[in-house]
Amino acid sequence: MTDKALSIDHVLKDRGKTRVLDDITLSLASGQRVALLGHNGAGKSTLIKTILGLTPIHGGAIRIGDATPGSAQARQETAYLPEAVSFHPALTGREQLTLFAKLSGAKADVPGLLDRVGLSDALDRRIGAYSKGMRQRLGLAQVLLGQPKVALLDEPTSGLDPISRQDLYAIIDELAAQGTAVLIASHALTEVEARTDRIAIMRKGRMVADDTLNNLSALAGLPIRLKVRASANADALAAELGGSRINGASVELLCTPSDKMEALRRIAGMGDAVADVEMTPPKLEDLYRYYAQEERL
Amino acid sequence: MTRFLAITRTEMLILRRNRWLLVATLIMVLFALALTFAGSAPTGTLGVDMLTVSVASMTTLSVYLAPLLALMIAFDAIAGDVDRGSLSLLLSYPAGRGEILLGKFTAHLAALAFAMTVGFGTAGAVAAYFGGAGQESLMALVRLILTSILLGAVFLALGYLLSALARGATAAAGLSAGLWLVFVVLYDLGLLGAVVMDKGGAFTQSVFPWVMVANPADAFRLWNIAATEGVAMASGMTGAAQALPVWAAPASLLIWPVIGFALARLAFRRVEP
Repeated sequence: MTDKALSIDHVLKDRGKTRVLDDITLSLASGQRVALLGHNGAGKSTLIKTILGLTPIHGGAIRIGDATPGSAQARQETAYLPEAVSFHPALTGREQLTLFAKLSGAKADVPGLLDRVGLSDALDRRIGAYSKGMRQRLGLAQVLLGQPKVALLDEPTSGLDPISRQDLYAIIDELAAQGTAVLIASHALTEVEARTDRIAIMRKGRMVADDTLNNLSALAGLPIRLKVRASANADALAAELGGSRINGASVELLCTPSDKMEALRRIAGMGDAVADVEMTPPKLEDLYRYYAQEERL
Repeated sequence: MTRFLAITRTEMLILRRNRWLLVATLIMVLFALALTFAGSAPTGTLGVDMLTVSVASMTTLSVYLAPLLALMIAFDAIAGDVDRGSLSLLLSYPAGRGEILLGKFTAHLAALAFAMTVGFGTAGAVAAYFGGAGQESLMALVRLILTSILLGAVFLALGYLLSALARGATAAAGLSAGLWLVFVVLYDLGLLGAVVMDKGGAFTQSVFPWVMVANPADAFRLWNIAATEGVAMASGMTGAAQALPVWAAPASLLIWPVIGFALARLAFRRVEP
């Protein structure tokens, strides 16, 4: 009906008396990479499990392409990487991936996939002897099986060293390039910042933000931070600029994006009194704190 | 359709890799041999060949060992995957829950069948070599092996049921131990107590045999004993077997795996990984 690979429409879910998913709406087009952020217990993993059809919903609708969650077609078209994934320790990486390939019915080049995630040396070693990062990579290899329409990655960077994180995002880009919609639930804010098309933030079972990073910044109206280092008298500088002194020699002032140039001009006009200026735009972390912590109704 | 075979193949690999198959087969061989030699004394007095006595001893052994070995593999089948966090991943694949359960069942049953056949087969061959065997006692041996596999199937299915109901593999192991105790030990003790209290009344005459055959472990015993006169004599347990129609014990032992598997399937459907 649409080019939506995944659409979640006003989904409700109760667990006992608690509403764990409250009116969640989110959609992913093919090839889109969306980061799903939120505290522990915000409902990210629960949302992913409802998309997989592993747990029932009590209102709203979820569609994977045209299929309902848990249907044979939906399971064929979805790839999933669970949080802190683990496999039977007695099997080797090759055996485990071969099982998944057979279950998915896809013709798969198992050694090739394991090589792609950097496990070619550990092909025939038991998973019990794998490190956490290696298990995570094996989990990633099974995501690449077949050509999924939707990939759901729950905390994919946990346990990975920085270099493998780079590999991980390269693989996510590859998936997106072949048309897979990728939903990444994550805590690793700084990496998600550069690597995703859109950011969705959940808080206590509700979706509190869903937009591009730029739009979210503009909406939140978070200030830009200017740190000015005085060459001689920081107190005088602080009085002149109207900021606050943060240590012996520096003054910090906050300004809105529209006032930024005006502030810079004033600082430039002060000549020798200023030794250095440092400008920090609001980071995803600030945005995240703004959306995920603040009580906004 | 071939998806459950992929699961079967993987489960077989796991059983071989973690030495379960080796250990189970070894246990079966050792116990069966020990009982065959220890139990060979009454051959002369009863006028039956050594294999017959051996089968009678091994029937008693199998009542305890077949359920135990089956539960030892089965308790981990679902709860273990939930604990490892790998069940949610497995269920995100196109294989249905029924296929997953069937795949595991096929592998586990094949492993049990292997251990039973090798164990009882070895002991039977030894008994036949030293003490002779007839056509009837060979039949009894084959029947013992096949019914032991059936008894294993019952407790595999019941083990899956507990594995699906329990919170975690440790709890499933505890429940399985309890189940074993109830079916194999306490049930008979309870019946014995009831018979003693009843002093040969209506309960002992008509109800008791049916209650007894409803337990798969007892059905297994009755089937093996009722089928061969020699075995019945060697085990000294003919009364209860004669009070029932011939089909009662086989029916019980054949129906139980089906009921057990259906219950396990139902319980597995409700598992949220």
